[in-house]
Amino acid sequence: MAEALAPRFRMRGIRKAFGATLALDGVDLEVAPGEVCALVGQNGAGKSTLMAILAGALAPDGGEMSLDGVAYRPRNPLEARRAGVQMIYQELSLAPHLSVAENVVLGMEPARLGLMRRHEARERTRRALARLGHPEIAPETPVSTLSVAGQQLVEIARALAVGCRVLVLDEPTSSLAQDDARRLFELLARLKAQGHAIVYISHFLEEVKQVSDRFVVLRDGRNAGAGGTADASPREIVAMMVGSAVGEVYPRSPRRRGASILELAGFGPGSAPLTLHRGEVVGIAGLLGAGRTHLLRSVFGLERVRAGRVRVEAVEGFHSPARRWRQGVGFLSEDRKDEGLALGLSIADNVTMSRLAGLGPGPLVLPRPQEAAAARLIERIAIRCRGPRQPVRELSGGNQQKVALARLLHHDVDVLLLDEPTRGIDVASKAQIYGLIDALVADPGEGRPARAVLLVSSYFPELLGLCDRIAVMCRRRLGVARPASELDEHRLILEAAGTEGAA
Amino acid sequence: MKARALLTRGGPVLGLVLVSAFFGALVGPQFFSPANLELIARQTAIVGTAALGMTLVIAAAGIDLSVGSVISLSTVVIALVLRHAMSPAVSAAAGIGAAALCGLATGLLVTGLRVVPFIVTLGMMLLVRGAGKGLADERRIEAPVTWLNDLLRTHALGGGILLPSGIWILIAMALLVAGVLRYTRFGRHLLAIGSNERTARLCGVRVELCKIAVYTISAALAGVAGVMQFAKLSVGDPTVAVGLELDVIAAVIIGGGSLLGGRGTVFGTLVGAVLMTVIQIGCSQRGFPNWVQQIVTGGVIVAAVALDRWRQETQAA
Repeated sequence: MAEALAPRFRMRGIRKAFGATLALDGVDLEVAPGEVCALVGQNGAGKSTLMAILAGALAPDGGEMSLDGVAYRPRNPLEARRAGVQMIYQELSLAPHLSVAENVVLGMEPARLGLMRRHEARERTRRALARLGHPEIAPETPVSTLSVAGQQLVEIARALAVGCRVLVLDEPTSSLAQDDARRLFELLARLKAQGHAIVYISHFLEEVKQVSDRFVVLRDGRNAGAGGTADASPREIVAMMVGSAVGEVYPRSPRRRGASILELAGFGPGSAPLTLHRGEVVGIAGLLGAGRTHLLRSVFGLERVRAGRVRVEAVEGFHSPARRWRQGVGFLSEDRKDEGLALGLSIADNVTMSRLAGLGPGPLVLPRPQEAAAARLIERIAIRCRGPRQPVRELSGGNQQKVALARLLHHDVDVLLLDEPTRGIDVASKAQIYGLIDALVADPGEGRPARAVLLVSSYFPELLGLCDRIAVMCRRRLGVARPASELDEHRLILEAAGTEGAA
Repeated sequence: MKARALLTRGGPVLGLVLVSAFFGALVGPQFFSPANLELIARQTAIVGTAALGMTLVIAAAGIDLSVGSVISLSTVVIALVLRHAMSPAVSAAAGIGAAALCGLATGLLVTGLRVVPFIVTLGMMLLVRGAGKGLADERRIEAPVTWLNDLLRTHALGGGILLPSGIWILIAMALLVAGVLRYTRFGRHLLAIGSNERTARLCGVRVELCKIAVYTISAALAGVAGVMQFAKLSVGDPTVAVGLELDVIAAVIIGGGSLLGGRGTVFGTLVGAVLMTVIQIGCSQRGFPNWVQQIVTGGVIVAAVALDRWRQETQAA
């Protein structure tokens, strides 16, 4: 450990607000040369914002930064890179058609009179790869032929070739196999020994313990604890991540569990089967990239499926979205802007898109009944808008999300597959959506059987508040669904991070 | 607010009024004589008919560059069938059918190969042109004169007030296509695909089927345009209508269609097609050389797109 050394970089009292919400409120972070510092916290705790500021992608509203004791204030990502702050994101940013060497020197090609000196480029690449302990990768190889782990290496090599003082890795193992992850840890140890300052962002606390010297916890945009990794147990770190519960109210009307309506089995090795009944909300907890979205989309026929079985009421097998809708299954996409809604079209068009039948005689869709159907839903779930013909683009995020949900109500589905229904929306809309979900699974009376909701969310208090049962998904493996009353946030975080039983 | 609504709805019409007034002033009041208006309508018929189908394709965020080739192929087919002493109706149907088959092939290729329609239809443009030339043995095909040749002929009766039957066909088709785009499930699905294909798929729209249908319908309408082209030429010509697809696309764009999809109206498209004819006829009646006409038409297209862009930006803000 490196307490004695002066820090390589230091962030002091960093503040950043987006509109009315304070994303960072006086955060401190410092890392010494030859030290790996883990940055942990729940989704939305402010890790990404903090790193975006370090990388020059965002300007802080307040606070100070220094690199090796010199004030550091990058105006854009290029300046940050030039200063030696290198980021390795989850999504790799390589040009797949170019060779390893061309990628490594991209943007700083050694050249004479505008002609690239290929030999020099290859030499530099070879040196960088050798320093990483991977001389076996040939500089001439096209990047697209490398594995994900290999491509990650090329990115790190590029960071070194540019000149790297601070290396930030954001969830670097999320797309790696276990062997590759182990090799990455060895590589980090090597870089550490070479004196690089490394910030390691990960949800997997096991990894944090394995690779880092120190950890810093963020919660709600503030420092929520720090310490030496060797002295802290995962349970203690989680306690810092969670903090005190915020007083959110989740409505709960009397529910009566009815007949089973959706059954999943055999999704991925070691996955438990899952049965969803009428009159209940079942949650799927997990980290980003754990495979929850993929699971939901597979059920709805939007992803090609390699393994697994699905049964909706009496219907076995995988079907197209068109048939799923007809079977009474509806899906809410996590990606509201790119998939969930056609932003250029009106509220009426978006709401009725899955079921245009009945809005006019025969194949016709007449504006009047279409607008009337939309108007009823606008009133029912309080969508704030000028009218059913207003383009969805002009609505706020919360109201857009309500339009996407209204589609499932218009279709009157029995099974609602909801992927992150409250992501990025305001508190008032959130509360309304909670109320709506609860109302849907409550006994509707009039002889109509209750509906069922399968809910994916990264916000665990919401799952605990809304769901009857919750299953945890970790690295594509779906766990057994257990009653929400037997679970708490600590357990969910530990299990989602794959630390079950380690505490 | 009001000015913007006027521009959004009435932009193309405003453009047409301005350009007509301009040429009216240059040429004189005879520019608006019934005979001249009928001439404008006749000159618009071919591009206008083909542009109806293109409106649907572009609304679904597609494009079809093979339209010109399809038109010439259908003239060849019509002439060949007529020569075999078939009735004119059968010949016209054969021409339209051949065109529709080309569209079906395009649709299957676009959805089956998952190649962007620009490339597929670029290929089809050459492929269909070549097929037409092969079929015609690289010659014009003479055909017996029938009532087909009267489709775009001025009727002697009524001093040109009564429009040629081809124009009535165009108007009927336009009403039909406008109705389909606006008031049917298929039309709403096309707009949904054009606006956001992923959303359409999520909503259970059978995206592939819709695309195959829209390319087939569009090519069939190009076949109808081919019948009119045949009426005008009275021969089957495998070299006619080269580059016509660009006029057709321009008509849709001037009329408010967006190449990004999700927008476009049949009315706007027809206004766009008429606007281009007005420029063409106005220039020739004023005695402007062809190059002036081309520069003016090009300017109008660029202005229409620039206006559209500005319109979208002010809307997004």
